[in-house]
Amino acid sequence: MITVLESLNRALKQALFDDPQALLIGEDILDPYGGAFKVTQGISTLFPDRVLTSPISEAGIVGIASGMAMRGLHPIVEIMFGDFIPLIADQLINHLAKFRWMYNDQVRVPLVIRTPMGGYRGYGPTHSQTLEKIFLGIPGIKVVAVNSFSDPGKLLYDAILSEEDPILFIEHKLLYPLSLFDESVNRDFDRTLLPGNPSYPTYRLTLLGAPDPQLTFIAYGYMAELASQTMLKLAYEEEIFCELIVPTQLAPFEITPLMDFIRQTKHLMTIEEGTRTMGWGAEILSQIMERTNNSAIRATRIAAKDHPIPASPALENDTLPGLRDIITAVHAILNHS
Amino acid sequence: MSKTQKAIFAGTVLLIYPTDYNFPNEIQASMDNQTLYHKLFLIRCFEETVLDNFPKGVFPGTTHTYIGQEANAVGVLSHISPDDIVFSNHRGHGHFLAYGGDPHLLFAELMGKASGVCGGRGGSQHLHWKNFYSNGIQGGIVPIATGMALAEKRKGSGAIGIAFLGDGTLGEGVIYEAFNLASKWKAPILYVLENNRIAQTTPIDMSLAGSITARFSAFEIPYCELDTSDVLVISPTAKKWMDYVRDTESPAALILHTYRFAPHSKGDDTRPADYLAQIRAQFDPIQIHGARLNPDERMTIENMVRDQIQNAFMDALNDPLPKVATT
Repeated sequence: MITVLESLNRALKQALFDDPQALLIGEDILDPYGGAFKVTQGISTLFPDRVLTSPISEAGIVGIASGMAMRGLHPIVEIMFGDFIPLIADQLINHLAKFRWMYNDQVRVPLVIRTPMGGYRGYGPTHSQTLEKIFLGIPGIKVVAVNSFSDPGKLLYDAILSEEDPILFIEHKLLYPLSLFDESVNRDFDRTLLPGNPSYPTYRLTLLGAPDPQLTFIAYGYMAELASQTMLKLAYEEEIFCELIVPTQLAPFEITPLMDFIRQTKHLMTIEEGTRTMGWGAEILSQIMERTNNSAIRATRIAAKDHPIPASPALENDTLPGLRDIITAVHAILNHS
Repeated sequence: MSKTQKAIFAGTVLLIYPTDYNFPNEIQASMDNQTLYHKLFLIRCFEETVLDNFPKGVFPGTTHTYIGQEANAVGVLSHISPDDIVFSNHRGHGHFLAYGGDPHLLFAELMGKASGVCGGRGGSQHLHWKNFYSNGIQGGIVPIATGMALAEKRKGSGAIGIAFLGDGTLGEGVIYEAFNLASKWKAPILYVLENNRIAQTTPIDMSLAGSITARFSAFEIPYCELDTSDVLVISPTAKKWMDYVRDTESPAALILHTYRFAPHSKGDDTRPADYLAQIRAQFDPIQIHGARLNPDERMTIENMVRDQIQNAFMDALNDPLPKVATT
């Protein structure tokens, strides 16, 4: 069994081995340090010419990498903390996301920007955030998030080797030490792949041997982990059975494969770690509402409270979604029916 | 800069040059006077046609013309190799035309026609053709052009990058990230800084602290500074510095002090009319270079260019608009 971190690390090594145009750019990514979260550990030793450690210049390196991508290289940029992506917003929004389209399809920008995101570690207001929502819905940027139920390494490898367009690749910090979902040892979940692009899989998890689910969770990244723990707890302690849909591609988002499940359970909950207002969950619920004339569907959102993330663990836990929040919301939505 | 010296030539050329690099003494302009004049006048005529026709509603949106600065684009881009990369900015028509871009396709792009260089998607500020690119955001193109130059170096193509930026863009922080990285990673790129002394309506005295050259020397990027509208001064100097960038595979800067005669955009010039008349009388690159031609051949070139631009304009006007997908 390997962890999410090992999976990503192996994928980077394999990508640089298989693709001579691939190169890594980021802050503090050289060995022996190997990056703030060690995703790039060992790579500069294997490929010393293709790992560029950079000054603290997030916008600069993303700009340089997109220039390289437009001229035939396949750069992978690491932004040390996801909290720093506002620094690259102009490059993303006004430059690399637009080039292919505004130059009338005459260029490609095959660039992967990886970044660790998320809280629950007491890092405080500027090193704990979930900011990908800023870039959801920006035409030309594909936003992808890893989880432990889909192979994170394959996701990253395919993004580097097969994509022609820029990708913002989100890795939740709490996922790094977790083991990948392994069907041969798993005794809790039945996992099925939903229709769609297999490079960016969406999985549906149901409890093995359980009756039909009463409620559908939709969650990505570490929130999928939290949702899966909640599913087990609800099933064992209260005999409430839920299903969990876990997308890896957040934007552009294809809602169609999810609709049959939602029509079945008629109860829906999105779970996200970003702030609640104008968030990912709001968009998912809107798309579902546009496709259903059925007012019997009940839906709710779980998300972070709309204020900065405090450093104190007690305050942070109150701000970010927790297992108790989800259970309380499940009770509320089911009891209203 | 330990390995550089500062020299002043003839009151027009200031430069800091690396002492371990032997610049050739004499470089000629790469084109004959007639060809250079043709290019200068082509840009002028194009831009005047744009300004004349804007009030008629021919062009949507906005535009930024290059009138007064023509010798910069022509002087620099008369030396490029086909593989060299040019990254331009919001004031990019002159760069595009000096690069060899087709006036018909540029007019069409400005008019939002399907035949435009980007099918009408880009408009005035967002052009791409061959190895020419432009974008309308100040500063952001500078790291991108630097990355392109680094990619060409890695690929061993021998191509260099040329990025045009203006004095107003010196206020954008990301360019200093790019200069630092270009110097550290030795990007083969020539930064051409066109200082037209005003950013939209704000004169450089009100916006720029310190000196322009110190912004390059701080990063150990050698530079050359010219204060002239004469294409015959700019052209050989640009050639010299492009050769330097190509030979050393490292960055350099060409600072061109220049004048913009026309408004930032259209009708938004706040400068006094007598000042504009004075700079136009004194520093017009068309007049300076045109005086070298005999009147007959000058008139022949001008008539030829006027016909060319008029035909290009009419062709673009008659081109169809892009098809809109129906759902």
